[in-house]
Amino acid sequence: MEDNSARLFNDRLIRRLILALIVVVNVLIVGIVLALCVRSWPILDGTPLGRLLFSTEWHPSTGKFGLLTFIVGTFAVTAGAMLLAVPPCLLSAIYLSEYAPRWIRTLSAPLIDLLAGIPSVIYGLWGVLVIVPLVQDRIAPLFGVKSTGYSVLAAAVVLAVMIVPVLVHISVEVMKAVPRELREASLSLGATRWETVKHVVLRKSRSGLFAAGVLATSRALGETMAVLMVAGNYVFALPRTPFDQAYPLPALIANNYGEMLSMPHYEAALMAAALVLLLIVLIFNVTSQAILLRFARA
Amino acid sequence: MPEPSTTHISVRNLSVHYGGQPALKNVSVNIPDRKITAVLGPSGCGKTTFLRCLNRLVDTVDGVSVSGQVLVDGEDLFDPAAEVTHIRKKMGLLSQRPYPLPMSIYDNVAYGPRIHGQSDRGELDALVEHHLKLAGLWDEVKGRLRAPATSLSIGQQQRLCLARGLAVGPEIILADEPTSALDPISSAHIEGKFKELRDQYTIVIVTHILRQARRLADYVIFMYMGELVEHGPAAEVFNAPREKQTREYISGVIS
Ligand SMILES: Nc1ncnc2c1ncn2[C@@H]1O[C@H](COP(=O)(O)OP(=O)(O)OP(=O)(O)O)[C@@H](O)[C@H]1O
Ligand SMILES: [Mg+2]
Repeated sequence: MEDNSARLFNDRLIRRLILALIVVVNVLIVGIVLALCVRSWPILDGTPLGRLLFSTEWHPSTGKFGLLTFIVGTFAVTAGAMLLAVPPCLLSAIYLSEYAPRWIRTLSAPLIDLLAGIPSVIYGLWGVLVIVPLVQDRIAPLFGVKSTGYSVLAAAVVLAVMIVPVLVHISVEVMKAVPRELREASLSLGATRWETVKHVVLRKSRSGLFAAGVLATSRALGETMAVLMVAGNYVFALPRTPFDQAYPLPALIANNYGEMLSMPHYEAALMAAALVLLLIVLIFNVTSQAILLRFARA
Repeated sequence: MPEPSTTHISVRNLSVHYGGQPALKNVSVNIPDRKITAVLGPSGCGKTTFLRCLNRLVDTVDGVSVSGQVLVDGEDLFDPAAEVTHIRKKMGLLSQRPYPLPMSIYDNVAYGPRIHGQSDRGELDALVEHHLKLAGLWDEVKGRLRAPATSLSIGQQQRLCLARGLAVGPEIILADEPTSALDPISSAHIEGKFKELRDQYTIVIVTHILRQARRLADYVIFMYMGELVEHGPAAEVFNAPREKQTREYISGVIS
């Protein structure tokens, strides 16, 4: 009896602890949003939202703070990275989970995870030393374009490599969680391995694969240092091609915060940029959760 | 001694090792055509391994090595030139627990025919209906063919898996303890289906349940520690086992 009440007490304790943690996390997020709102209020108050979000004019000295260039830069770089990373990562994950002999799997898993541990400045340096010249000297001329190399494409390539570990690791785990018997059911009907992967494994793991994509995208949206080093950070025009420079939101904030804050409303504008970035990530995640729920119900 | 009329599957000197550990040792046996053959033996004796050799699913295990021959209609399954999808199409598989594919009831049954090139809507509809009826599931699901297969009860799922296997037009049904996860009524249902199907199909069933084997089997294979100990018509093996281990297993001394 004694024993039992102790167990029940533990159970209640754990439940409360978890609840408390969840509350803390949520309060933190709400707190951050509120703080950003307060600090960016001078801008939010004076500027119409349309102008703030959809104007490309960024002239802090004359008090013009349009964020469109940076928002577009963020989306362009992230979308480029996903486009470059998802197909090869999915194929690698399929190979590792479905085809590779065990020794390749055991060898490659730690190597891929090692990629995740490389500091992002190093990725940035690699981008500057390798990718930027490559874009400038080889890829852009291929399309008959002049480019400094500091571009959406360079940032997308660097980001793509950075999200490889997330994408591959999670995808492999998700696919390996598909019961072996399910594959065997398909094989035993005379399906080939590829048919089995396509119709059974990918289908069964699609919500997990989608979640891997969501995680990688969130990471790409917020990645600052490496992108900042190779994107070019050009303020005055939207990127029109992958060879144009871009200036994503995180780079804007990191480059400018703490400088020239004597200009009126400049700090508030940077806070507004941070708020927009945070909202993009939050909205993206909430939408993804909704889609995942629909997967689960289907 | 009434020998079974014709042989459908001829297993010759079949040995299987998992990473060097023997699981099947030099098994040779002829499985009769259009009869129910029960594979009996204590846990871990290699029954599942034996069954998985018959459609070469054993290939999918890492570090497995197989020697010997399995001849189906005179064709050696383990011939390097043999085409494995063609071989597997000849056999329907029922596993210990039902594993419906992650799709609708209809698509589960239509999966095999589609893989093998059937795309005509009317033909598929007819195939699905026919095989669901054959598996005794049609009346329960005809109103919700588009529902996910996982919405069925376990017993219904197992019959769906039977329908799915039958829909590719196999000659052989392989079943690995097909009723062990089912309630008595669903089990009886599956057993009843086997009895109906025994005239058209060669059925190989692995079972732990002696009474089930007695009810169903025409032919019995008894294995022990990876070796084939005894095989013969059911009446002989059950009533007059020749080997001591068989006798002990049947009387319940070993299990
Ligand atoms: N994938 C595998 N890898 C390594 N060893 C295996 C594998 N599958 C089976 N074995 C081994 O082979 C032997 C035979 O296993 P098998 O599954 O064929 O037995 P079984 O007769 O079906 O047993 P049960 O009645 O418990 O299902 C066992 O010793 C088992 O440990
Ligand atoms: Mg078994």
